[in-house]
Amino acid sequence: MDPRKFRLGLLFATAAIALSFVAPLAPGVPSLLARPGLWQAAALAGALFLAAAWFADARAIVPGLAGVIAAAIVSLLLLHDSNIAGNATAGFWSIVTAAWLAAAMCVVALAALRPVRKERRRLINILVPLLFGATVFYLWEVAVRGFGVPPVIFPSPSAAALRFAASLPTLAADFNQTFIKGVLIGYAIGCGAGLLVAILAHRFEFLGRGLLPLGNFFSALPLVGIAPIMVMWFGFDWPSKAAVVALVTFFPMLVNAIAGLSAAGHIERDLMRSYAASHRQSLTKLYLPAALPFIFNALKINATLALIGAIVAEFFGTPTQGIGFRISTEAGRMAIDMVWAEIALAALAGMAFYGFVTLAERATTFWHPSYRT
Amino acid sequence: MTSNSLALGGVSPRRLSHHPLVERYAPVITTVLALVAIWYIAAVAMNWTLVRDGFEREETPYTVSDVLAGTMDAERPLLPAPHQIASNFFDTVFGYPPLAPRSLVYHSLVTLSATLLGFLLGGVFGIVLALLIVHSRVLERSLLPWIICSQMVPILALAPIFIVVLGALGLHGLLPKAIISAYLCFFPIAIGMVKGFTSPDLLQIELMRTWSATPRQVLWKLRWPAAVPFLFASLKVAITISLIGAIVAELPTGAEAGIGARLLAGSYYGQTVQLWSALVAAAVLSWGLITIVGLVERGVNRSMGAR
Repeated sequence: MDPRKFRLGLLFATAAIALSFVAPLAPGVPSLLARPGLWQAAALAGALFLAAAWFADARAIVPGLAGVIAAAIVSLLLLHDSNIAGNATAGFWSIVTAAWLAAAMCVVALAALRPVRKERRRLINILVPLLFGATVFYLWEVAVRGFGVPPVIFPSPSAAALRFAASLPTLAADFNQTFIKGVLIGYAIGCGAGLLVAILAHRFEFLGRGLLPLGNFFSALPLVGIAPIMVMWFGFDWPSKAAVVALVTFFPMLVNAIAGLSAAGHIERDLMRSYAASHRQSLTKLYLPAALPFIFNALKINATLALIGAIVAEFFGTPTQGIGFRISTEAGRMAIDMVWAEIALAALAGMAFYGFVTLAERATTFWHPSYRT
Repeated sequence: MTSNSLALGGVSPRRLSHHPLVERYAPVITTVLALVAIWYIAAVAMNWTLVRDGFEREETPYTVSDVLAGTMDAERPLLPAPHQIASNFFDTVFGYPPLAPRSLVYHSLVTLSATLLGFLLGGVFGIVLALLIVHSRVLERSLLPWIICSQMVPILALAPIFIVVLGALGLHGLLPKAIISAYLCFFPIAIGMVKGFTSPDLLQIELMRTWSATPRQVLWKLRWPAAVPFLFASLKVAITISLIGAIVAELPTGAEAGIGARLLAGSYYGQTVQLWSALVAAAVLSWGLITIVGLVERGVNRSMGAR
């Protein structure tokens, strides 16, 4: 990052803070100077930006981020004034602009850092996307409340978070119905069956050559369309969701596991044969370990597919709980904050699921070249 | 020397069972036939009680063969037999003028238009994102993790909200569906293209630098050609996903036309045969789209001088 650009950006942020003292926050409300506590905080943010502009290198990041936090707090507190929320003007938006500009500058500077120590590099790799995301959420919050967007169209993240906290029992019931019963059971059945059939296909070559093209064909089909049929067969409760999930996850696992089982090299196979290993021995000691990276690839693909499959199956009929059910009914009642709370739940569940699979992969395939850096 | 090459000696290449065509297609055909057979058996087993109860309700005398025949052409079977689906499929595809609301062609076209628009939007968005990420380290480090996170959100859950929000903004019909399928399919394209744009190795990039090529020249003369195989691989994945997105987007929106609407109507009114033939239509559509992408890929490869 060019230090001159960095300094210029931070100076702009300082100027924007200064502007907010002069420009009106909203039509007909007292100015920033008439609000004790807030104007000191805004002045502090301006001073911190100025200090950061003075350094304009890696040392600027800490005061810059502190200033961003101060400016963000000032703008969020200002929004509590019901005269400002919904009809904010130049003074308010200049604080937001200052916070955004300084945050962007600091993220850019942080991303350009090349620390020698490994832990620090890892810390920065986590910190940069987190700061980016926090900035996006802050802008979303401020824009929704500052412009007074009706919550029916687009709720603020804080409203969704409040709703999340207020309806924890409902969310827990939905999570249990959709994720624990539908997704996990279906995922286990689908992936297990896919792996078993792949092992059979690997054992009997004729079957394998017949199944592989079919598996490729089926895994490219929009299989979630089978959901209404499964609801018809297995009823409204979780078994139909588990059946959809099992079917959706079966083919990716089959295709990947067949590819993985044939990934063992010729030399290793010959070695197993020269040890007179039985099929079971070479399966557990050679083929399956060699297939693990492929199997985990399928498990990761399936982690996302499973959640989608279960939620879509719920659109076709559920008992009165479940993430998909709640989303479609609450969207019909225009309770969009609840919908976002459910989406946050689904996202958290999806990320945790994916993260868990990734951790398991790290623990079991540490020997693979892609991890041996 | 490997065990396989050692083992090859004893087999006579003349036998019919080792003809290359037979070796290639016999397993596939056998598996398909086995699946169809299993399907018929399952159809008999699943529809048996249904048909028998029907006979008993009407109090007509029946034999086993009557019930057996009944399971093959029940009106609302639990599992329709393959020939029922096939005849319904051909009836609804060829039996009506293509734009009649009862024709499956019409519904497929509605879904296809949303799919293609979504695919176009998602493709352009994915490629632009990949370009931004490749050209900016900051974006790579800050945006890429969030793009990956966005895929762990069950995106289809967003479909109803998109419809509500876009409906409030006055957008109806094709565009909301297309946006959902675009949201679904931009990801494989973006990830594949990031991989593709970064696939030229250091040597080639340094060669470009010794010719003092501008970043734009590096992009057009090196990165784009190198990314083409990745582009088509991800396009094949993306076009199926975009079809899935278009179908699923029709479910919560209560659309009147489209394969998703057909699925929903079939499940509401218990018209299982119609439901299955809509599924077959989706399969044919998906297979056709992938084939078209494959053909375009072959054409592009040939015009770029591959082989």
